[in-house]
Amino acid sequence: MSALAQRLAGFLHQPGFQAAVPVLILLLIGFFGPLVLVAVFSFMPARSFKLDGGPTLENYRFAFEQSYYLSLLRSFAFAAGTVAVLALVCYPVALGMAKLFGRYAGVLTLVMVLPLFVSENVRLFGWVLFLLKGGGVLAGAAKAVFGIELADMLYSNSATLMGLAYVYLPFMLFPMVLGLSMVSRDVVEAASDLGASRWQIMREIELPLALPGLLIGGLLTFVLSLGSLTESKVLGGSKVIMIAADIESAFTYGQNWPLGSALSVLLLVLAGGLVLVVLSKLNLDAILKRR
Amino acid sequence: MGAPEAHRSGAGGAIPPVLRLVGLTKTFGSFAAVDQVDLDIRQGEFFTIVGPSGSGKTTLLRMLAGLERPSAGDILLRGERVNDVAANRRPTAMVFQSLALFQHKTVGQNIEFALKMRRVDPAARRERAYQLMDMLRLSRDYYGRSVARISGGERQRVALARALASDPEILFFDEPLSAIDYRLRKQLEVELKDLHRETRKTFVYITHSLEEAMVMSDRIGIMRQGRLIQIGTPDEIYTRPLNKFVSEFMGEVNIIEVEARADGWLAAKGLERPLKGPVMPNGLVHGHLVVRPESVRFIDNGAGGGADNVVAGTLYNEYALGSRVQYHVKAGGRMFVVEKLRELRPEATLGAAVTIGWDARDSILVPD
Repeated sequence: MSALAQRLAGFLHQPGFQAAVPVLILLLIGFFGPLVLVAVFSFMPARSFKLDGGPTLENYRFAFEQSYYLSLLRSFAFAAGTVAVLALVCYPVALGMAKLFGRYAGVLTLVMVLPLFVSENVRLFGWVLFLLKGGGVLAGAAKAVFGIELADMLYSNSATLMGLAYVYLPFMLFPMVLGLSMVSRDVVEAASDLGASRWQIMREIELPLALPGLLIGGLLTFVLSLGSLTESKVLGGSKVIMIAADIESAFTYGQNWPLGSALSVLLLVLAGGLVLVVLSKLNLDAILKRR
Repeated sequence: MGAPEAHRSGAGGAIPPVLRLVGLTKTFGSFAAVDQVDLDIRQGEFFTIVGPSGSGKTTLLRMLAGLERPSAGDILLRGERVNDVAANRRPTAMVFQSLALFQHKTVGQNIEFALKMRRVDPAARRERAYQLMDMLRLSRDYYGRSVARISGGERQRVALARALASDPEILFFDEPLSAIDYRLRKQLEVELKDLHRETRKTFVYITHSLEEAMVMSDRIGIMRQGRLIQIGTPDEIYTRPLNKFVSEFMGEVNIIEVEARADGWLAAKGLERPLKGPVMPNGLVHGHLVVRPESVRFIDNGAGGGADNVVAGTLYNEYALGSRVQYHVKAGGRMFVVEKLRELRPEATLGAAVTIGWDARDSILVPD
């Protein structure tokens, strides 16, 4: 028996591994299985519903020929935009929650979490009512109170970006709070005592020390926005088509599972690659030890 | 023992104070953490504020460093009011209790931080860092090393070098040695005092250990409940503690509760014979007699010289302290602490009857 096989046998006989077997099976069937199915379908001939066709790259070629890559690019742009907007919006709030608000931080946390109890669709349609041209809450109020006629705000890129930032805000905020709470008061005061201005403290001390939290928050919101569907559908309407919408229509209206699968695989590989790159920069052990 | 003013020996000398505190107060709600502190700190002196935790010494230091705003009173730096000057604009630097090193930076980057903030060019920064590392006996090999990978003593030196980098006028120390093991602490106390001598800067140090303060300081201020109750040189504090609180702070001393009798002797609770001590100040009836462990001696029955005060008891236990031995003697319902050189060991076994005694001139009488 080779050394490797010996180690493998030893591993298989560990009680820890044996206890994990049920969960492992569940994960393989429920999580990994569908992904494999999607991956295999992406190599089937177009519009087939069975897995008996010869493997082909036809779907991938089609995806690029039919300018699906534009939706993919748009999705990446929106995801990047969402991360940027949220980083700017959340940083001051997170700083307050981690350092300044004390016991009121709990109240703020509750306020931030509360919307999550309402279905995302309902919340987004709330925004539709608010932004709707003419009869919308915002336009109506502006007209009644100030006599201003507002331009159409709904069904645009900016409305979609706003919706994405709104929905994914907690996913940026809370990791950021966690990251900033790892920056001790002493260290900030020491920097100030040594002559650092507020900006220098942020650049030299807070950002580098809170980086793990910032990266995790950024990663979460990026990946979530990348695969988002409802925000662009509800607030972007027919003007803003993101890759998730293309995938959905390939599976439903188009009845073309292999095409939908190919687009899914493309998204998965790109997003997965990004996650791996970022995670390789994060040393979670060190983060936990430093607390 | 007079008012605290009387203990400011040599105050108002020719050199004007570098730092003057006038009625400095900090209140949190209705609680005064620092309560009307007046203090002159002289140019180049090593001044230590000693007090138990909660006495307000840290709050006082934080106000001096600009990390806390005074509620009332003034801080004058060379005669100029600096109450509203932020920490990053004061020519002072602080060494924190936690050291507060920048864990994500190297030793060199930590030391150079203050210079980088002042936009000094990298070559000059590096030169200054090397100079400080040499002074603090920190090998230059450490320059590029992460501060997360150096030992406790080395971290202390990096924190010191970092505070010294911008050549501040005053250095503040917030109990930097409190979390360090005994041997290293003793060594660093000496190094700090030497550093003070070499740099000739004004050091303001706070600690809860009077022993630590005695080793290093030119002058000591004892702080209690937000007030500076006694200020003096280590000698003055040692020989003339203001009250029981200060005496207790000096480590293991015998403090005997006494009452003045009409004949001038002192009646002590639990002891049959009255004690001879310094004369009670007029009007004072109740006080405490402080006797140092090394002032108490064993008296051979019959033979050998007697003492002004003699107490009979039993030897409870003994503790070796290196060159000296400490004995606990049970007498009159209390425990007396006696410290003698190893050579002067009494010939008594544990539990045996012993007689101890001390002279009146070796005792101090303090109020509550």
